[in-house]
Amino acid sequence: MTLLRTQNLSAFYGDFQALFEINLTVEQGETVAIIGANGAGKTTFLRAVAGTIESAPEMVMFDDQPIGDKTPHEIVRLGIAMVPEGRRLFPSLSVEENLLLGTHSERKGPWNLKRVYELFPRLYDLRHLPAPSLSGGQQQMAAVGRSLMSNPRLLLCDELSLGLAPVVIRDIYQCLGTVTAEGTTVVLVEQDINRALDASARFYCFQEGHLALTASVKGFDRAAITAAYFGV
Amino acid sequence: MNWINILIQGGLLGGFYSLFAIGLSMSFGIMRLVNIAHGDLIVLAAYVGLVATWYTGLDPFMSLVIVVPVMFALGYALQRGLLNQTLSGGLLPPLLVTFGISIIIQNGLLQGFGAYDHRLQEGAIETASLRLPGGLSIGVYPLLVFAVAILAIASLQLLFYRTRLGRAFRAVSDDSDTAELMGIDNRKLYALALGIAMVFTAIAGVLFGIRTIFAPSAGPIRLILAFEAVIIGGLGNMWGTLIGGMVLGIAQAIGAAVDPNWQTLAGHLAFLAILIVRPSGLFPRTRD
Repeated sequence: MTLLRTQNLSAFYGDFQALFEINLTVEQGETVAIIGANGAGKTTFLRAVAGTIESAPEMVMFDDQPIGDKTPHEIVRLGIAMVPEGRRLFPSLSVEENLLLGTHSERKGPWNLKRVYELFPRLYDLRHLPAPSLSGGQQQMAAVGRSLMSNPRLLLCDELSLGLAPVVIRDIYQCLGTVTAEGTTVVLVEQDINRALDASARFYCFQEGHLALTASVKGFDRAAITAAYFGV
Repeated sequence: MNWINILIQGGLLGGFYSLFAIGLSMSFGIMRLVNIAHGDLIVLAAYVGLVATWYTGLDPFMSLVIVVPVMFALGYALQRGLLNQTLSGGLLPPLLVTFGISIIIQNGLLQGFGAYDHRLQEGAIETASLRLPGGLSIGVYPLLVFAVAILAIASLQLLFYRTRLGRAFRAVSDDSDTAELMGIDNRKLYALALGIAMVFTAIAGVLFGIRTIFAPSAGPIRLILAFEAVIIGGLGNMWGTLIGGMVLGIAQAIGAAVDPNWQTLAGHLAFLAILIVRPSGLFPRTRD
């Protein structure tokens, strides 16, 4: 079943067009990577899906419903949660309060405080600390946990690995496996191609706002990906 | 002994000023809204109390049963219908719109009630006082107002730090875009915030109307006092606002003791002095 489908999705920042007629589908339960260089439109795409950038209703279809014109708080209630780039935890809230913020979407499901602490045991010991006192990796875990608390059907992850040590990135991606095992569909946006491809079954490669390449990861020639990535 | 008296009277007066300031501090803290009409809304609340006592025969304290819901509804509607529209365009639009609201309220009141002074009559409590050893005497009413101020701030702290709604308020204050991504309807939350701010404005207005005479033009001075209390205490710190109000009250009391003409000016001078020494107030809340 197709969970997310974009139909000729275009997006603008003022007069600047950041996305050009993107047609992309994400099936229920799969993990899809979106890769591309800086400025390829990856984050813009996630924003358009999450509602931060408004588009025409039919440009974004979720569960066969048009959602392109809905606001972010309406969209998260439908079951699309975003882990924003740079984590964006609330600095004056404690770790646990940040996690609890995820419950404002009022969605029921497998994820609650207890489950998130099982997934990221380190957060439990840090739960009363203010969010900015955590290390980058711990903050990323809190940001993922916060989004999971809204029990999303579709989880959008924007640059999970940004600014983190390789060993921490590995930990977080391992935990993502637990998330997908719950049946949650995941869209990964990454500049780290190998990391993203290892975790995904299919990928889309964006280049300057256009869809340059799409294929399943298995047996795909990395040289072709590199060509699409850099547009050489 | 005289100085102790001045400190006590001034400190109690500070309860008043911090009560004026709570609504202002809240709307700035949560939606970065500098509400120029805040003082006029205090005065409006006093007039709503006046009308309520006229038509229902309630005494002013009891009139809060009417004034509080009326002001809450007004705040909610004002934010939802008007102020939300101004928040995406930077700092200037909300300033201009609330300045306009200020003028509308003042002239509306002038039209409806004339330029006469009015008062809310509460009876004996207005002049009752407690005699303390050493010849000190404390007014029961200022003491009551001070207690209300403490109670108001304490209940707001509970709201902010112990409830789900308060958590949402703090999150939106930190980062409204991300809060929206978490499923919070910012516009509804802002409306609720101004509604709650107006509950405290309603209480401040009625207590103000019992203490002194008021006229339609009384708002801007309350606004300035509220601003000064908030700034002296440090933005975003409610207990700081109480201290800020007390600093203002004590400075005024000292000024008045030197020369009655100096009362108001002494408060403003204290404010200026603190602004020079500590530009972000006495107890600014540290942010990331």
